[in-house]
This record gives sequence, C-alpha cells and structure tokens, in this order.
Amino acid sequence: MLVTFGEEISAPSHMAVRGLTAALAGARGVLNLHPAFASVLVEFDPRRHTHAEMEALVRAAIEDATEQALPPSRLIEIPVRYGGEFGPDLEDVARHHDLTPRRVVELHAGAEYEVYFVGFSTCFPYLAGLPEELATPRLAAPRRLVAAGSVAIAGAQAGVYPLASPGGWRIIGRTPLPLFDPAGEPPPVLRMGDRVRFVPLEEGVH
Amino acid sequence: MNQIRVLAAGAQTTVQDLGRFGWAQFGVSASGAADELALRAGNLLVGNTENAAAIEMTLVGGAFEFENDAVIALAGSDFGAGLPLWTPVAIQAGGAVRCGPTRSGARCYLCVRGGLAVPRTMGSASAHLATGVGGRALRVSDLLPVGDGAVRQPRRAAAPPPFSRDATLRTTRGPQAEWFGDELYRGVWTVSQESNRMGLRLRGEPIPSPAGHMLTEGVALGAVQAPPDGQPIILFVEQQTTGGYPKPANVISADFWRLGQLRPRASVAFESVTIEQALDALRANERWLHSL
Repeated sequence: MLVTFGEEISAPSHMAVRGLTAALAGARGVLNLHPAFASVLVEFDPRRHTHAEMEALVRAAIEDATEQALPPSRLIEIPVRYGGEFGPDLEDVARHHDLTPRRVVELHAGAEYEVYFVGFSTCFPYLAGLPEELATPRLAAPRRLVAAGSVAIAGAQAGVYPLASPGGWRIIGRTPLPLFDPAGEPPPVLRMGDRVRFVPLEEGVH
Repeated sequence: MNQIRVLAAGAQTTVQDLGRFGWAQFGVSASGAADELALRAGNLLVGNTENAAAIEMTLVGGAFEFENDAVIALAGSDFGAGLPLWTPVAIQAGGAVRCGPTRSGARCYLCVRGGLAVPRTMGSASAHLATGVGGRALRVSDLLPVGDGAVRQPRRAAAPPPFSRDATLRTTRGPQAEWFGDELYRGVWTVSQESNRMGLRLRGEPIPSPAGHMLTEGVALGAVQAPPDGQPIILFVEQQTTGGYPKPANVISADFWRLGQLRPRASVAFESVTIEQALDALRANERWLHSL
C-alpha cells in the first residue's frame, strides 16, 4: 500500500513521512516500511490482513503521528577527503558552476543537511540541504562501481554510498567513516531525520 | 550436533529462510527464498516450521555430506540428485546428496529436518548477497550445523505445484499504470542473463517511455519497473527499497515463487488480474501448502 503526501520534495511532506514511519514501526501486520521523499510504502501480509484493515491502521497512524514524539534528530559529523582519487568529479562540478574546487568544498561542508530518508540500497541516505549553487546533473552514464564511502551529489540532493555499488551521482569526496556494517544490527549511522555536516579532512583538499 | 559439509558449492548456493522484515526503512530489503513456496513446502515435509533455514541452489546444485543420520526433502526444480522431489528422504550418516545442473527451473531447496542452525542477522538466516548481510554464498568445506527445531513428524510425499519453464505472470496495476498502454501485456519477454536475486531483467520490444515525472518512492517485491530503455525489470528478493522508475504493474504475491524458478532465456508473458483474483490465487497456494 503506497501512502503519498503530495508530489513535491518539501519539509511538510518529509515531516508527514517521518511521522507515519515512526507511528507504524513495529505495528501489528506491518512487514516493512519504505519511506521516501513524500511517500511511505507499507508492506503487509495479504494472507493475514485485508487492504481495508491496513488502510484503517494507516489512517489512524496518520492522525496519531501529529501527536507522537518523533525519534530524536541527532547531529552527525561525517569526515570527508575531498577531490583527487577520492572525489573524481570535484573538478567537473567546480567547472560546471564556474567555481574553484576549494569553493565547492566550502559550500558543501558549510551547509547543514537533513536525512530525508534512507533507502535505495542498504542505508543510502538521501540528504536535503545542498546549497543551490552546487545543484549538478547526474553523470550521463552511471559508473559501474562507486567506492564505499563516496560522498556524492545529484541534482539538488546529496548522499553517501555506504557500500560499493554502481551509481550515477557526482563523486566529490570519500568518508573513512563506515556507514554500514553487514555483520551488525541497524539502526545504522544515519537515520531519517538526523542532521548531517561534512567535515573536510585537510589532506584531501586540493 | 549433526553437520552438513559442503563438498561442491554449485553455481550460487546460499542459506535462506523467508527473509528479514522490518529493516526496509534502513534500506535493507528482506532477501529470503527466491521460491518461497518450495522452501515452505520442503520445510513442512520434513516436519519443520515454514521459516526454517535451508539450502537454496541456483541453476547448478552443490553436493552435501551428512555427518549423522538426517531426514531431508528436495523441493523446487529437479537438479538431478537422483532422489524423489517433494518427499521426505532418510540420509544415512556419512551419506551425501549430490545435485547437478537443473533439469527444469532455476531453484532447488534442500530442507533438513531440524533446520540449519546458522547465526541470524537482524532476525533472519537469509544471505543477502548484494550487501553481505547474513553471510555469503556457500563454498567447498563450509560446515552447516543442523538444528533441532522440528515441530512435528515428517509428512508423506506431495504433488508438486504446477510448474512450467515459461511463465505467465499475473499482475495488478502498478502505481503509475495510467502512464502506460498495454505494451507490457502484448509483449513476449525473455529473461536476461543479467538477472539475479536483486531483479529479473527482461528483454523484448521496448515499452515506450512515458512523459510523467515522479519522485523516488518505495518499491515492492514484484514491482515491474519500466526504465527509459523500455526493458522491464521485476524487483526481486534482494531488491532496492526505493526507486525512481515508473511501474506499470506489480506481480501478484501468489506468483512470486514463479519468479524464483525463471531461468535465463525463459519466456515471460504478463496477464492483468483484479485484486480479488490475486487474493483467490494466494488462497489457492495456501490450500496446496496446507494439503501437505
């Protein structure tokens, strides 16, 4: 069951998604929740619950969500080595905006981001708050392999690849901070609603 | 404790149960048996709970030696083990089950009475190969401890579920169904070699790209995505949790097991059904399972 809150990336939609996800986490009959920018996919077992039952549960949860305390939003600092082998697209991003690479790093590390949701493939955080001056289109053809920890931007979004994977975002740096441990239990380092700052590691700035 | 020693690993052999749930909000999909019906049936036949961990083999099976006496059932496709499928079979101490290339569909399960007592990660023994959660594919010399989780006596042999190498997949409307014509349903599709537990990639006459723009949203198991190249991708057990491609259709839950039996180069057609028909089909699966 796909529950949508408008068709825009916006703070109110995000708050509605956060509220519903928190309200439904662990609810009886809910197998999995897939939050995104303005929607939550609610997976349930159709052998045990009817669509109407789940719709009633979701509607009640949306009403409760406004009163319910959300999980605390933490400030997480992510150390980043920008440019060079760690950020192969930093120069291109700078050229695209007619900025110096150093200025791109200042802008990227100067902003505070919010984790709008964690999804795609294993703890990939979708971050809102990229300075408008840095909005950059995706690569024309995705890379076959992006290194784990790659700090990336695409359009108005920022993110970090927790695991090595294919990807089409522009890579401007890499963090040595492990964002995902397959042997560990989540919650992962970054959770929906957390705030994020990127902290340049000096040796990586070119 | 009884142990199973891997003598030959096969093409892609993993430990699977019915998957890990509750972690999609952290981007970790359920994984679990690719043919959940075969896993559940195999477990019921040897007297386990449906969710007991078992060995999943893909296209080419492995060989397994049993330290002590055991009762097993092979369920799913015929991997040439020379043992009856869908039937509890006693294996003597020191005996081995040797599987080979498939003679029918893509997957065969070796369920052992008591279940595999392997460690669970996030509540499940299932390997999620793309992320490493729950371990890796099995290798020669791996040892799999057998548990004592049987809950009843082994059953008699079962009649197999209806299976054909080529499949008609029943679907309900996807979230962006109104963006598409009937190209998905008119086409005959071929399963690509690039398919894996994350997704089944189909090849055929491309579906025209719709004009709409959508935000990345949650995606479900069995969702049929239509990327810009018009070649559908059916999201499978190790699926991504969110995606930005429009989805004309969703394979119904009752047919998920068929996805697990589709091998490369198999033909696939789609048939649109109502929600009620989808629920009827699911009830039919359950009736078959509970007749075991």
